[in-house]
Amino acid sequence: MTVGLLAVFPENPSVDMARTLDLSGYTWKGVGGADALRRLSPVNGWAGAVVGCDEDPESGWALCRALRRLEHPVQRILVLIKGAQIGDLEVRDDLFDDFCLSPFHPRELEARLRHMFFHELKSVDAAVIEHAGLRLNLETYQATFDNRPLDLTYMEYELLKYLVREPGRVFTRETLLAEVWGYEYFGGARTVDVHVRRLRAKLGEEHAHLIETVRSVGYRFGSSKWSG
Amino acid sequence: MLEQQRDYVLRTVEERGIRLVRLWFTDVLGNLKSFAISPAELENALSDGMSFDGSSIDGYGRVQESDVLALPDPNTFEVLPWVDSKSAEARVFCDIAQLDGNPFEGDPRQVLKRNLKAAQSRGFAFYVAPDIEYFYFAPGAAGTAPVPLDEGGFFDLTTTDITSSLRKETIRTLETMSIPVEYSFHEDSPSQHEIDLRHTDALTMADSVMTFRFVVKEIAAMRNVHATFMPKPMEGVQGSGMHLHLSLFKGDTNAFHSADDPYNLSPIAKSFIAGILRHAAEITAVTNQTVNSYKRLVPGFEAPVHVSWARNNRSGLIRVPVPKRGSEQATRIELRSPDPACNPYLAFSVILAAGLRGVDEGYELPLEADANLFEMGDAALTKLGVDQLPQSLNDALRVMESSPLVAEALGEHIFEWFLRNKRAEWRRYKTHVSQFEIDSYLRSL
Repeated sequence: MTVGLLAVFPENPSVDMARTLDLSGYTWKGVGGADALRRLSPVNGWAGAVVGCDEDPESGWALCRALRRLEHPVQRILVLIKGAQIGDLEVRDDLFDDFCLSPFHPRELEARLRHMFFHELKSVDAAVIEHAGLRLNLETYQATFDNRPLDLTYMEYELLKYLVREPGRVFTRETLLAEVWGYEYFGGARTVDVHVRRLRAKLGEEHAHLIETVRSVGYRFGSSKWSG
Repeated sequence: MLEQQRDYVLRTVEERGIRLVRLWFTDVLGNLKSFAISPAELENALSDGMSFDGSSIDGYGRVQESDVLALPDPNTFEVLPWVDSKSAEARVFCDIAQLDGNPFEGDPRQVLKRNLKAAQSRGFAFYVAPDIEYFYFAPGAAGTAPVPLDEGGFFDLTTTDITSSLRKETIRTLETMSIPVEYSFHEDSPSQHEIDLRHTDALTMADSVMTFRFVVKEIAAMRNVHATFMPKPMEGVQGSGMHLHLSLFKGDTNAFHSADDPYNLSPIAKSFIAGILRHAAEITAVTNQTVNSYKRLVPGFEAPVHVSWARNNRSGLIRVPVPKRGSEQATRIELRSPDPACNPYLAFSVILAAGLRGVDEGYELPLEADANLFEMGDAALTKLGVDQLPQSLNDALRVMESSPLVAEALGEHIFEWFLRNKRAEWRRYKTHVSQFEIDSYLRSL
């Protein structure tokens, strides 16, 4: 899942914030102010921003204003505020697209971001999924790794697609069997293991670790620094 | 689901510039058969199948109707990695059906599917991992004695290099064709190699064994080397076997495993072993189907001769490997009689049928034969109640003939055709005057 690079304020956000963004699959960069915003901006502009106005409201709202005035004005801004600051929102409707109360619940923040990026995610979904050098074109069913084509069977492709859609999330064998195979298969639940082994071989020795075995649970794609 | 699978195949053919799609299937004797179609015909083939005249395929002939349909199984579609990308080719395994769409009873793949469904209805998934042995020989004219590649001194170093690089290349190709390799090594005999495949469900494995034999021969032929799965190509050295590691799974659980048993064997595993032992003689003609197979099943070469089981005795028919501690998924049994010249679809079918009969009827597991059977006299063996495996193709066919179990597992069509074909093979062999006879009798008699 990639909507593009998000700007996150403050420059060093809380661990909860970093974890939520990472586990939800967003790529992001911390920015300390308007200067950094311009200096670090990707060529096509920021895809969106998550701005903490809870601790330092003045700098936070200033950053929102800067985001709207960039050469590529940022259209998706989520602000974090404390419950006592709700009144601040009234006069600043033009500076944000959604807000979340701080301290936030990770599931709520994740849901709000997903909703805010709904249109971007939908168009991303329809075309390609990319993660760590792996690229799946959903229209042509072609998979490449570092631009090298991977020859996959249909079920290998489907399994990889399912795992890659949510990097870092752990899936049980039962879930994968029900969701990916979806029908009675001669192999039963061990079929998942067989296909994972084949996929690892096709990814090549140096990338085999991308599909991680989570002991006595199942599998996850993409190593996560939040695991363990 | 099927619609998406077809779409996947069609798009891949388009995107990868595939010029030729090979439709693979297997005759009753286990020979890989293939015909090629152009991508333009593929869509039609996937939805309606391709009809062809089956009368020239071994075991496919019927009295009334000789045309059959090849229905590609889109899940087995793979690009062939050894063909260069300019003339890219792909292959897909086919199920063979009658023109009315019903499964064709002469198709070994359909036979295995039927047997696997029977297991599935009891909640079992049948898993197989084969250890496949074979020889590399220098190419020679038909009818000449085989010449091993890594024996003969003169080119020792170079030729050893050739065979190990051949094996490496083969393994790389297998892995890109979704056939994971567990181990590989040089076997005891000159020029003999072994490649062990990682377990999969039996249908996938039967397809994999067919692909394996083709890949090994193809890669060798590209270097002007002849690879053979003949069970006993050279007198006086070990032959080539295809030991099968077998297990039954119920969902995620290994049905052969029991933590309480000293051997870690569940009651299901024990009666499955008992089933194979009791019906061993009946299924041998299928697992060892050539005249030559029985020259491997002799004492002194690590091939089984007796119908027995043991934990660590490699002379028995079934070995129960001791799994690594705590490795419940690895509990399995190893059947040591089959050879790599068998038809894997039919061999897996009769083995499963024999084992399941044991489970269904709760056969009692005989005592373990832990002494080395090769060193025991016939009288001692009889006292132990240990029978021998059939000593020749003729013996094996006689036992198979009166086996309702094998008839049911294979279906009447294949059962009868197989017996007829193999009896003819035995007759041809029986009337052949061998070098052994010339050498032994011509001068002395």
